[in-house]
Amino acid sequence: MTAHPTWQAGVYAALKAARVTQIGYVPDAGHAHLIEAAHADPDMQAVVLTTEEEGIALAAGAWLGGQRAALLMQSSGVGNTINMLSLPLNCRMPFLTLVTMRGEWGEFNPWQVPMGAATPGVLKEAGVHVRRADRPEDAPEMVAASAALAFDSQIAVAVLFSQRLIGAKVFVK
Amino acid sequence: MSLPNEGTLDRREVVATLLRDPGDLLIVSGLGAATYDVGAAGDRPTNFYLWGAMGGAAMIGLGIALAQPRRRVLVITGDGEMLMGIGSLATLAAQAAPNLAVAVLDNTRFGETGSQRSHTGLGTDLAAVAAACGWQQTAIARDMAEVELLRDRLRSEPLFAVLRISPEEKPRFLPPRDGAYLSDRFRRALGVAEA
Repeated sequence: MTAHPTWQAGVYAALKAARVTQIGYVPDAGHAHLIEAAHADPDMQAVVLTTEEEGIALAAGAWLGGQRAALLMQSSGVGNTINMLSLPLNCRMPFLTLVTMRGEWGEFNPWQVPMGAATPGVLKEAGVHVRRADRPEDAPEMVAASAALAFDSQIAVAVLFSQRLIGAKVFVK
Repeated sequence: MSLPNEGTLDRREVVATLLRDPGDLLIVSGLGAATYDVGAAGDRPTNFYLWGAMGGAAMIGLGIALAQPRRRVLVITGDGEMLMGIGSLATLAAQAAPNLAVAVLDNTRFGETGSQRSHTGLGTDLAAVAAACGWQQTAIARDMAEVELLRDRLRSEPLFAVLRISPEEKPRFLPPRDGAYLSDRFRRALGVAEA
């Protein structure tokens, strides 16, 4: 199911090494491996969300309770989260999100394009530090470094997984 | 003219009753009057007051409840805040954290912005919504005897409760609003500040 299980396993290992124990997610095919791994891991709380901003509030609660959380979403979900980002920023809490990009590389669905194009700028404007992984060999290290940045410096960090890295969704098979 | 779901309970009396002898309850309050009510009942380091992040109160409660399974977590919020986070009722039901309860102070109004009618004043029954989302235990309180019963249930059950309060506005009680301070003191009180 997953195109690059090796790098995605590396990303999951990086989250574990960063002591992340709660993962909120709105599903995306590009995150499928991470979501399956989270559900299979008895030491991970995997929380399916109805909308992405729930994951920011979940992460805030995890931090208040002494745990670390991450939010998995796709770029279309970033637009749903903007006001809720005031929570970690105002409370000087860490926030880590892994964003699978749509609308930028071989995209079939035009409805994904506007939010995909706006995603890095919108996150930066909202006060989130943005990193981008384009190559599979870079992704685990990018997540490890971003988790350290988020949790040790108590800031908000988004890692964008480029659509080229994930592979464009195939609509017509 | 009385609106659907409109109540008569005094919100300050309701919250003072729910939080009487709070013990080691961990509390999250939704923005607006719920935050003022919780502050007026007595400021404590393990009160986490929201002044924004509308719609996030219940999810913050879930994050705390998952992280602290041996502690009781109580979310106290208003109908407008709960409506904005209405999807989180399904998310919380799916997790079914046994140590988490939600109490909605329902005045059928957006009280902070001029008392405009909210959806609960136009027919939405939040307890029924919660039940349909999968909450096994839901309750509605319309008088203080019922509030007394809910005080105990909210500390022992995964309960979603609606308290039908009067739309009357109360004098503002303004608890601390520096989010970094509130977060830090909450974590220190829990002993997780170095986690």
